[in-house]
Amino acid sequence: MSKEKSQPISTTSEWTFELIQEYDQAIANAADSFGLDTYPNQIEIISSEQMMDAYSSVGMPVGYHHWSYGKQFLQTQQNYQRGRMGLAYEIVINSNPSIAYLMEENTMCMQALVIAHACYGHNSFFKNNYLFKTWTDASAIIDYLVFAKNYVTHCEERYGIEEVEKVLDSCHALQNYGVDRYKRPPTISADEERRRVQEREDYLQQQVNLLWKTIPGTESNHKEAQRVNFPEEPQENILYFIEKNAPLLETWQRELVRIVRKIAQYFYPQRQTQVMNEGWATFWHFTLLNELYDRGQITDGFMMEFLASHTSVIAQPSFDEPWYSGINPYALGFAMFQDIRRICENPTEEDLTWFPDIANTDWIKTLHFAMENFKDESFILQYLSPKVIRDFKFFSILDDEKRPEYEVLAIHDDSGYERVRQLLAEQYNLSIREPNIQVHSVNVRGDRSITLHHTRHKNVPLNQDAEEVLKHMHRLWGFDVHLLSFEEDELRKEYHVPALKRESDVSSNQGSMDLN
Amino acid sequence: MRTSYVIDRRLNGKNKSAVNRRRFLDRYKKHIKRAVNDAVNSRSITDMEKGESITIPSKDIHEPHLGSGVGGERTIVHPGNKEFNQGDRLKKPQGGGGAGGSGEGAGQGGEGMDDFTFNISQDEFLEFLFEDLELPNLVKKQLKEIDEHVYRHAGITSSGVPTKINIIRSLRNAHARKIALTGTSRKKIRDITAEIEKLEGLDSALRDESELEKLREEKERLERRIRNIPFIDDIDLKFNRHEKTPVPSNAAVMFCLMDVSGSMTQATKDMAKRFFLLLYMFLRRNYEKIEVVFIRHHTSAKEVDEEEFFYSRETGGTIVSSALKLMDEIIKERYPSNAWNIFAAQASDGDNWNDDSPICSKILNQSILQVVQYFAYIEITPRDHQALWYEYESVKQNFPRSFAMEQIVEPGDIFPVFRHLFQKKDAAA
Repeated sequence: MSKEKSQPISTTSEWTFELIQEYDQAIANAADSFGLDTYPNQIEIISSEQMMDAYSSVGMPVGYHHWSYGKQFLQTQQNYQRGRMGLAYEIVINSNPSIAYLMEENTMCMQALVIAHACYGHNSFFKNNYLFKTWTDASAIIDYLVFAKNYVTHCEERYGIEEVEKVLDSCHALQNYGVDRYKRPPTISADEERRRVQEREDYLQQQVNLLWKTIPGTESNHKEAQRVNFPEEPQENILYFIEKNAPLLETWQRELVRIVRKIAQYFYPQRQTQVMNEGWATFWHFTLLNELYDRGQITDGFMMEFLASHTSVIAQPSFDEPWYSGINPYALGFAMFQDIRRICENPTEEDLTWFPDIANTDWIKTLHFAMENFKDESFILQYLSPKVIRDFKFFSILDDEKRPEYEVLAIHDDSGYERVRQLLAEQYNLSIREPNIQVHSVNVRGDRSITLHHTRHKNVPLNQDAEEVLKHMHRLWGFDVHLLSFEEDELRKEYHVPALKRESDVSSNQGSMDLN
Repeated sequence: MRTSYVIDRRLNGKNKSAVNRRRFLDRYKKHIKRAVNDAVNSRSITDMEKGESITIPSKDIHEPHLGSGVGGERTIVHPGNKEFNQGDRLKKPQGGGGAGGSGEGAGQGGEGMDDFTFNISQDEFLEFLFEDLELPNLVKKQLKEIDEHVYRHAGITSSGVPTKINIIRSLRNAHARKIALTGTSRKKIRDITAEIEKLEGLDSALRDESELEKLREEKERLERRIRNIPFIDDIDLKFNRHEKTPVPSNAAVMFCLMDVSGSMTQATKDMAKRFFLLLYMFLRRNYEKIEVVFIRHHTSAKEVDEEEFFYSRETGGTIVSSALKLMDEIIKERYPSNAWNIFAAQASDGDNWNDDSPICSKILNQSILQVVQYFAYIEITPRDHQALWYEYESVKQNFPRSFAMEQIVEPGDIFPVFRHLFQKKDAAA
């Protein structure tokens, strides 16, 4: 590629397929020199309508049909047409080959930015971050989605759209509870799935029958009596528990539960690595295009346009500005990766005390290590430097229900860095952000009711949806559902679906009771 | 070096979300129908045929998820500190937590409270509008004497005129033929090329030049042979075939009859117009071609254009039969009943010259109702019925299937009456 040393690849903002190829090659070349390891790329040019389609199917190229995606689509369309929002410039799919969508409306500069961002930034993140390596199987996802779509269609033909929709609605309500947070899931493969569906159906039903057998033999009767607590340990993966143990579900319904669960699991790493993933991609589009500029492959005008978009992507409004909507993951992630590079290359006194192990090391290696082995929470805990805290002017506020005032816990000063860092990390911890709810017990020998326990974090209660979600849970489980909300060991609130009937209780039609 | 594939997907279908969108519309049919019905009654007459913006309370389409509620103890990190120091205390804004500087509250509020608004297209609007309605007596006229034909695509043949060559099929055949005919030669070339390369790789002392020459000639010969296979041959050609198929007449004519005598106010006429418009839109969904004839009358009838029909004012007495007579004449003259599906709607405030009413029923009974598909009479009046209504009631007994009459008192009645007139009847009825 040395022939292009000082020859810009293009000088106008029009893009062509040849130019895209050329830029892609140039960027790939630069990416190689930084040791970015990626899946092969499949770059697809689409129109804005198609982008809206992609949006509303959470970016998946294939998806089963469901009204909620239609709602999503209408919402996107409405917002777009009214000019309330621009469409994302790109969507990239964690698959092998990695699929990236480019909109035809983009200028050549934007296309190049997107290629650097998605095809080399996100792509290398997908391929190398430990969460993605553990939880997703890029080579199988597309096949699995096709399998899921066909299976759902098949069920709709056989059992009716409405019946299928009911099950899916209920599963969607619980989809954040369809993940094993600690156990590595087995990889999914479409072929395998298809082959095993029948097998599993038979087996599953058999298992369920065993559990719920109502005519016990003498010996098993004895055993059952001992088995007071089922499940033996609390279960965090509620959908999995339902799939395996719900007494009344048909086998096809269990399979639907499984599909929603599997897809939720696929997205699980993305939800835990927003800052890192976007930061990494932003860092690389910035670094790669600068590299191209240094090599003389792009013009000054191109660079100006690029910097303008880049700047707006990493803008972080202050908390008191009207367009503030939380911390911009692009801004934070980009700042942190830039900062790590700075610490490696030009550490200050401060950095030498805070980060002795990475100061003056090879930045490419250090950055890759950081990208590969962390998720947002641990990444921030490990790498957020005082400088970034100062740059962002972070401060932490405590909002205690019991007190009439907010309290400023820590700000960007010497005594506050540690605290701010720890609190910010906590803010990205999914298991704190999402209520901790586990299956506690099932009354196997009695009314078959299921009891869930909610363990409060700092006494934060459940939101108002809890009741509705439990109704969905009830639909899937088929028998009474109880949810008990605890602060430490103290019971704070109970939810019951259907509502408990008590002899003297006036509010018997009310599903929940406040014990506060 | 890595390879990236660039694919142009713009030509792929863009309506990937169509099914999901449809599912959504079906699920919230009730809401949408209500909005559509409201729209019909509130819209100005001229923009009846547009899409509609539908609003659904967002709580109705909310998908529940477990999450953290308000309360307890929570900490939030915000950027952009200006004057706060550690240990500062700030008064919470009144009216519950979450508001003020906290992004949490703003986010939830923004998401939760807005109603969900989206647009449906004109087609969908009409579909919801006319759902469950059907044209009565939809016996399409089968016409033997009138030759109406269309050419329909009817497969592919291997003979035809050059204008009908199916290029894709032809080239595909040519391609297949070329692959089939050159297979052996190409395999031989591959072998020979490998052989040549092997020989060329040898040291010049060991090389058998004559052998090499022979191989090269052979290769040349084979390549020539491949080149000689024609790019496209007669045998490849495929042609589109079209067949003539007779079609039933799908032309309809709609007669709008309106009383414009002094007693009809502009408000009454507006109501009539809405009714006519609904009927027109409804017919248009069922027939490809529609003609509309406007006839207005006071003591005498006249065929007019739309503008005049709705907006010019007249005064005077009322003789309904004049309009019916004119209609009858126009049918005989221009719209032979074997070629046209004929519909008529008549709007009036019920006033008529008393002696005229029996004449009306006679014309209807003897000629008009013999040929029309459907005749709807609407009386726009809050008052008691007059002679015309009772006369028409007897007509209705004679032609229960093709004659209908309804009364409209206020604009809100228009659509219900329209629905009632065109309600899907049971198969038995």
